[in-house]
Amino acid sequence: MTRYIVRRLLQMVLTFFGATFVVYALMFANQDDPYQVLAGDRVVSDSQRAALNAQYHLDKGFFTQYWYYVKGLLTGDFGTSLTGRRIGDMLAEAWPITIKLTLLAIVISAVVAIAAGVFSAVRRGGIFDHVTLVLTLVVLAMPIVVLAPVAQLIFGVKLGWFPVTVTRDANLYQLLLPALVLGTLVVATELRVTRSSVAENLRADYVRTARAKGLSTRRVVGVHVLRNSLIPVITLIGVDLGVLMSGAIVTEGVFNIPGVGFNLFRGIRTEDGPVVVGFVSVLVIVFLVVNLIVDLLYAVLDPRIRYE
Amino acid sequence: MPGKSRWRMVAPVATIALLAAGCSGGDSQDTEALPNSISISIGEPQTLIPSGVVETYGLQVLTSLFYPLVGIDKTNKPYTMAADSITHDKSAKVWTIKLKDGFTFSNGEPVTADNYINAWNYAAFAPNAQVTSYYFDRIAGYADLQPDPATKKPPTVKKMSGLKKINNLTLQVTLDAPFIGFETVMSYASFYPLPKAAFSGDGVLNKDFNEEPIGNGPFKMTGKWQHDQKIQVTKVPDFKGTVPKVDNITWKIYQDLGAQYNDLISGNLDVDTKIPTESLGSASSDLGLRLQKSPSSAFQFIGVPTFEKDFSDPRVRRALSMAINRQEIADQIYLGTQLPATSWVSPQIDGYRANSCGDACEYNPTQAKKLYTQGGGPAEITISYNTDGGYKSYIDALCNQIKSSLGINCTSHAVPSLSELVKDLQEKKNVGLVRLAWAMDYPLMESYLGPVYTTTGSSNYSGYTNPTFDSLVKDGDEAKTPDEAIKKWQQAEDILKDDMPVIPVMFGQNVYGYSPKVDDVTMDLSQNVDIYTIDVAS
Repeated sequence: MTRYIVRRLLQMVLTFFGATFVVYALMFANQDDPYQVLAGDRVVSDSQRAALNAQYHLDKGFFTQYWYYVKGLLTGDFGTSLTGRRIGDMLAEAWPITIKLTLLAIVISAVVAIAAGVFSAVRRGGIFDHVTLVLTLVVLAMPIVVLAPVAQLIFGVKLGWFPVTVTRDANLYQLLLPALVLGTLVVATELRVTRSSVAENLRADYVRTARAKGLSTRRVVGVHVLRNSLIPVITLIGVDLGVLMSGAIVTEGVFNIPGVGFNLFRGIRTEDGPVVVGFVSVLVIVFLVVNLIVDLLYAVLDPRIRYE
Repeated sequence: MPGKSRWRMVAPVATIALLAAGCSGGDSQDTEALPNSISISIGEPQTLIPSGVVETYGLQVLTSLFYPLVGIDKTNKPYTMAADSITHDKSAKVWTIKLKDGFTFSNGEPVTADNYINAWNYAAFAPNAQVTSYYFDRIAGYADLQPDPATKKPPTVKKMSGLKKINNLTLQVTLDAPFIGFETVMSYASFYPLPKAAFSGDGVLNKDFNEEPIGNGPFKMTGKWQHDQKIQVTKVPDFKGTVPKVDNITWKIYQDLGAQYNDLISGNLDVDTKIPTESLGSASSDLGLRLQKSPSSAFQFIGVPTFEKDFSDPRVRRALSMAINRQEIADQIYLGTQLPATSWVSPQIDGYRANSCGDACEYNPTQAKKLYTQGGGPAEITISYNTDGGYKSYIDALCNQIKSSLGINCTSHAVPSLSELVKDLQEKKNVGLVRLAWAMDYPLMESYLGPVYTTTGSSNYSGYTNPTFDSLVKDGDEAKTPDEAIKKWQQAEDILKDDMPVIPVMFGQNVYGYSPKVDDVTMDLSQNVDIYTIDVAS
């Protein structure tokens, strides 16, 4: 087990540097003239350009720039944004709120999806099953760029149930609406997967055996079937993290949450290479760690799985 | 059952995760809820160091933290604020600025002439890369602080020879050439003083100063700049200058204009400084009289590449201008948030004459067609625009109007960003006509005429060059009185009417709204809320 984790962590280091390289290259290719983007309508003078280049090395070639970046990274320095802020500080400020938001979205969507999925699988063909089918199709068809502002308008502005925008030190209640919106991104697929997985397992031999032993339906479904059905759902939740992160770009913009998506969007718009690379790199790490946790959870769910 | 115990672990882990998610960060001191406190929307400023600020958001916050030497009144004439008197010699080359006594920075330091001299030298010194450095280029010795034009070697001189301290409260500024408008120029943020506490060494700015700047203004910051969140300021006790009516201002930072507007109508924000166009339909019913418009200094125009043979005949350029129905674009595309432009300087500037463009800016398809044929205009034109600013519908409308008026083919050409467009123009690539815009630096006609149309102008993209025009602008700079300067500048503007190097299209407006909680909300030409008049509604 420990050896397995260590091996995975070592792989992560490689992936991390690979990812920063690719993202850096993409940003480099996209970069046109970030100084000019900052200065707006007025042309940046040559002397300003020279002074800025001395600081940011944007006049250098790709590999030199990347070398400067990696050199900083190895000493724990993410560099400075083009507006002069330390990217390390920006990361530290942005991550907590995004983690809170994403965790809440994952929990909400998982609870809803698993509960509703199990119920509709048990009552296959019933009214509830049909209603959830239609609802999931509606949710799947609705892109988040529509859903987020509409939810904000209805529940925030018109009904006043939730705050319209969210601050950095938001509590659970303030984060609920954006988390619900974010959760809709993944809840539909998770629900369908749970339903089909549970439905399939209900027909399995061990279920018949358990029933024959005289176990209550609650115990059969709640313990034996559910546990065996959760493996595909857990895998999905791990992968969904990526979907949630991209959804956060929209959600955080609409609800004015100063998190990761908010910073990424601005970084891309202002061609601020180091900021984008910094945020994406950490994103990659989070993604890798979560998927490691997912893999370890398999072993918890299914004792037959062992990691060597 | 070994698996059972492991399964049980999941529940507590999930609970911990939920708790962690719900756990809120430490409470920050919140002045927003206090009486006589208001909140105003901004975007994240790039910086709060006065000499580094060119965008409206940073400027807006600085208006509360600093007190300028010179203010600009309703008629756009300069008047002294932190300065006691500003005088100049006969030729307007040597300026003497006397400061009012008793002013202090919010940390208690008295404001002296040194504070101004140090701040200005810092701004002008090229290696500091301050974006507003060029504001100081009229001061004698500015060139010594720039890299050597030939060898590109960095400068060694850190102080402009034109700045001289006479005594603690008096400084003398010598310009390279006479400039009668210098008093107005000093109203800009880059001329704010910096306290000693801002510097960690001679000419070296403290790294943390940007996070919590200390100014000489009516407000001071309560705590650090909370990036992407808010900047909170509170009244300085016993302020010597004009005292604002509100006690606390929270500058709330937004990235999305829609979120900002929704916060306004649900009562979380008091002043929304920029109502998005898509909300304008509902804004008048949401806000009623609290939806306001005021002129801004923004000026949208179409640049004509005068260096290209196709457009070298002024008749062609005038014909294009007459082919445009400005009113229609203002009403249909901008829903009345912009005004048709028929001059080359903003209507609020001293010296502005309504319709200085005359017939050439009046919609007249028949006359336009006649002129166009006489001038031998091309049968096909392109208008380039940058897609990062939401100009597509405007340019498409413009093209359609030109098509139907002149009977020629017009296509719009999208360029991803403004910087690319500018680069193409500088390299004189064949981009055709171009969408461009300008906002003034200081309320003088020169701030429009100089940079955009003179041969050496920093933003002259149409390649226009006319020695008579150049010398008239210069004559205006060196005039004996402001009125005389305006006369010269107006003569220069008249030349534009005939030459039409750019086609004026729209003047911008601030479209803003406020909550019932506040009153007397006004926005100035530079898109800033006036923090001195704004009040809490009684």
